[in-house]
Formats: sequence, C-alpha cells, structure tokens
Amino acid sequence: MKQRAIFILPLIVFCIIGFYLAKGLTLDPKKMPSMLDGKPVPTFSLPPIKGRDNNGFSQNHLLDKVALVNIFGSWCVACRIEHPFLMQLSELSNTPIHGINWREENPDSGPEWLKRHGDPYEFVGDDPRSKAAIAFGVTGAPETFLVDQEGIIRYKHVGPLDLQTWRGILWPLIQKLSHKNIPRGTL
Amino acid sequence: MRISILTIAFSALLLADSLAVEPSEILDDPRHESRARELSKALRCVVCQNQSIDDSDAALARDMRILVRERITAGDSNEEVLDYVVLRYGDFVLLKPPFKKTTLVLWLGPILMFGMALLGALLFFRRQKSATSLMKCDPSAELDETERKRLNALLGGQKK
Repeated sequence: MKQRAIFILPLIVFCIIGFYLAKGLTLDPKKMPSMLDGKPVPTFSLPPIKGRDNNGFSQNHLLDKVALVNIFGSWCVACRIEHPFLMQLSELSNTPIHGINWREENPDSGPEWLKRHGDPYEFVGDDPRSKAAIAFGVTGAPETFLVDQEGIIRYKHVGPLDLQTWRGILWPLIQKLSHKNIPRGTL
Repeated sequence: MRISILTIAFSALLLADSLAVEPSEILDDPRHESRARELSKALRCVVCQNQSIDDSDAALARDMRILVRERITAGDSNEEVLDYVVLRYGDFVLLKPPFKKTTLVLWLGPILMFGMALLGALLFFRRQKSATSLMKCDPSAELDETERKRLNALLGGQKK
C-alpha cells in the first residue's frame, strides 16, 4: 500500500502545476501593475502645446487640488472615443483635468484635434519624446491618473475613461481624498 | 553559384542581427553605447511585450532607448537606470526576472523538480538491483532448517 501511494505523487504534482498554469492563462498580459499608486507624481516639466498661452504643465500644477491627468494624442483612436466624456466631465464636475499630449509627430496635430473635438483641459503639456509618459509609467493611450492635493498618485486608469469608472471608482475616491461632500452634479 | 549562396547566407546573418537602434540614437562614447545596448537588451518593450527595447521598432521603445542613453550620459550606473524603469513599470519590464521572495518558485522550482526526479530514479534502480541480486542466488544450495520449516508450512495445505 505504501508503495502504491508513491505512484500518485507525480499525478498530484502535475495537478498542482496544471492548476497554476491554467490560472495563468486567464490573466490578461496587457494588464500591468500600477507601480506609482501611493507615490508622489514624478518630476516632469512640459512645454505648452501650440496656441495655448499658459506655461505648459509640470508637477507644480498638481499641488493644490485633487485632479485628473489624462494622457492623449490625436493619433489615438481610443482617445477619440473617450473625449466626449472628458468634455462632459470638465463641464459638470469641478475636478480639474490636465492633459499630456503624447507623441505628436506634428506639433500642430494636438491643438487642431482639441479645436475640433473640444478642449476639456486646464493645463496641457506637449510630450513628443515620451519624457513625462515614461516618468508616469505609461504603456499606451489613453491613460488617466488621479492625483490628490499633495501630489500623490492615487489611481491609474488604463483605457478610455467612462461614466461607470467615474461613478464607481474615481468619484468616491475624490470625495474621500478631499474630505468633504462636493456635489456630484448631474454626472 | 557559390558566391550567391554565400551572399544569401551572409545577408541572412545580417538580418538575424538587425536592430531597431537608429544611427541618430547612438552615443559618441563607445563604452556608454555598449552599456546602453546591454541595458536595452534587458528591458522589455511594454507595447510589444515579448521584445526587448533593443529589438523593438515601437515608438515607445525608441523613446525608452533614448531615455536609457540620457541617463547613462548623465552618469547613472546600470543599476540606477534599471531601478528608474522598474520603479515605473514594475519587475515585468525586466526580461530576466529578479531573484526574490515572490519568484522563489520560478527560480528554485526546476531544481526542486530535478531533485525529485533524481531521487525517484535512484530509488527505482536500487530496487531493481536488489531484485536481480535475489534471482542470482545459487539454486543448488541446500535449504537450512528454518527455511525448510517455512516451506513446509507454506506448502502444508497442498501436500495431501
């Protein structure tokens, strides 16, 4: 009997390995861990995009209010899908949205895109060489970061932002971070 | 004929080693450049995921190659450059996973499995050896007293 038991051992080992490999298959390799949650925003300083007369966008703009930082580009199809929601958000909520205009080959493309589809941003920086994007650990556009009033990154959303994410995750977090009840508005 | 085969073989060799690094990216200091190449080979392109940034043509990989070179020129050590990228993208960005608590199974698993297999094989051959040595005992040898008694007891029922 004791000798029989040893023959079952490889089967058990196989089952354990098989279980973990099967579990691995269900994971999405595109989903990467958010490394910067709870860490201060990286140091970055971007020049303004064409046609905007403010001073570009840097980490110093992220120190007084809970804000969203959105990475976008005129070349990015998903950003086009996301854009109407950002427009709504900028009108109906009082959380400022800042933009990082990522990897425009032509410096006119970003400003033209914003002219055509609307401009929801308070500050926008031009990032043609991924300086800020890499500092933020961005892998694709659009991505949106929630930064609190002390400049700490609290949440990273990959892909187009939508009403569901806003209501379910971002809005509750913003309320908690600002320690007060701000009316949600009609969103 | 021979020349054309040689040409094809040679161009295939060139293709196999083709890189994404563009001439404009290459640093003037050859020591810096070779460090940059070494680091680029260890860093995963986060867009295409199974290529290093040294191999990848993705725009973000190119920007990361430039970043690696900028940090080297600024005087960062190899570890400092890798730390900068890992801090932002996680261990995932390293093509060779680091040896630490969460990767123990990954690194030690194969050794453990090999050890188990070795142990199993050892036990198996040992048993087989003792089985063959049993068969080799001298058939002409007489049974001693205890053996005869036992044999009789075993055959007792059938002897009638």
